[in-house]
Amino acid sequence: MSGHVSPISLYLTIFMALMVLTGVTVFAAFVDLGQFNFLVAMIIAGFKASLVIWYFMHVKYQSKLTKLTVATGLFFLVILLGLFLVDYGSKALTGMPPLLN
Amino acid sequence: MSNAVAHADEHAHAAHHPALQHHFDTMAQQKEAAVVGMWVFLLTEILFFGGLFAAYMVYRIWYFDAFAEASRSLSLFWGGLNTAVLIGSSLTMAMAVRCAQTNKRTATVNWLVLTMVLGTVFLGVKVIEYADKFEHHHVPGYNFQWAAHEAPAAGEHAPAALAASEGAAAAEGHRELSLNADQLQLTTQIYFSLYFTMTGLHALHMIIGIGIMLVITWMAYKGRFDEEYYTPVEMAGLYWHFVDIVWIFLFPLLYLVERHV
Repeated sequence: MSGHVSPISLYLTIFMALMVLTGVTVFAAFVDLGQFNFLVAMIIAGFKASLVIWYFMHVKYQSKLTKLTVATGLFFLVILLGLFLVDYGSKALTGMPPLLN
Repeated sequence: MSNAVAHADEHAHAAHHPALQHHFDTMAQQKEAAVVGMWVFLLTEILFFGGLFAAYMVYRIWYFDAFAEASRSLSLFWGGLNTAVLIGSSLTMAMAVRCAQTNKRTATVNWLVLTMVLGTVFLGVKVIEYADKFEHHHVPGYNFQWAAHEAPAAGEHAPAALAASEGAAAAEGHRELSLNADQLQLTTQIYFSLYFTMTGLHALHMIIGIGIMLVITWMAYKGRFDEEYYTPVEMAGLYWHFVDIVWIFLFPLLYLVERHV
């Protein structure tokens, strides 16, 4: 016997949570939160993705090596997006965005 | 003595699971190698899509009004439906893996088939959406035409035909836009370029996923898997869930840029 077998009820719970959170995302998009609309949408999406990774993809039950591998990927994604935006954000003095000048 | 060793060796060999490759000691070790390897592949996929997300972020910040306007032209109904379909297919995929883990051959096959059906439904909806974009000249390129609001999905009232040419401020009366009509024509194309690239690559991943699943379903049907060896089902599952996660981000990024005005 290799691998943890999750109960069906867990999968159904995660499924329902994902569906409810999808509804919450749509609902939140219709509320004017200013700059926070984007943040809220991304937090919800991040939470949904975590549920899928942790339970559907069984990372919860995997070895530390696997968990570290997953974390490494997310770490580099943060570097990619973070430094990319810092780079472009610091170009304010050079006439960005290009098409509007 | 040598006889005993030979016998022990033979016995050990007979005890092996037939799926155990000779370069692994145990089934658990073999599975661990597969899981880590699959995740390393998925990391390259995360960064692959990550580059597109980075491009999306920069253009969204630069041309927010164009993104908001163009995003409103997408159908929330189809987008929401597809999100639900894809989440549902993740559930059926998880069930398929679970049935493979617990030696339920027929159920494994059935869940896999259902997953493929849901994946096909998703792609079918995508075809409807793409066709709609072609019809409205919202495909970037030569025939692209951003006339502010031909057919808003959310059943908004009929637009004044002249609204587009009168400049951005007239657009639907949402609020004052920072872009004039010419700029909108240019910058909404950037949104739709990203829309087609990201959803197109996502759809390509789904087509590949369905292709993988066809093979896995055949293997399951042939009885290749049992509670000790179901790695291919689980790996196909990891891939499918990954595709689901990409969509979980694409949906709010593309469909919900600014819906509250």
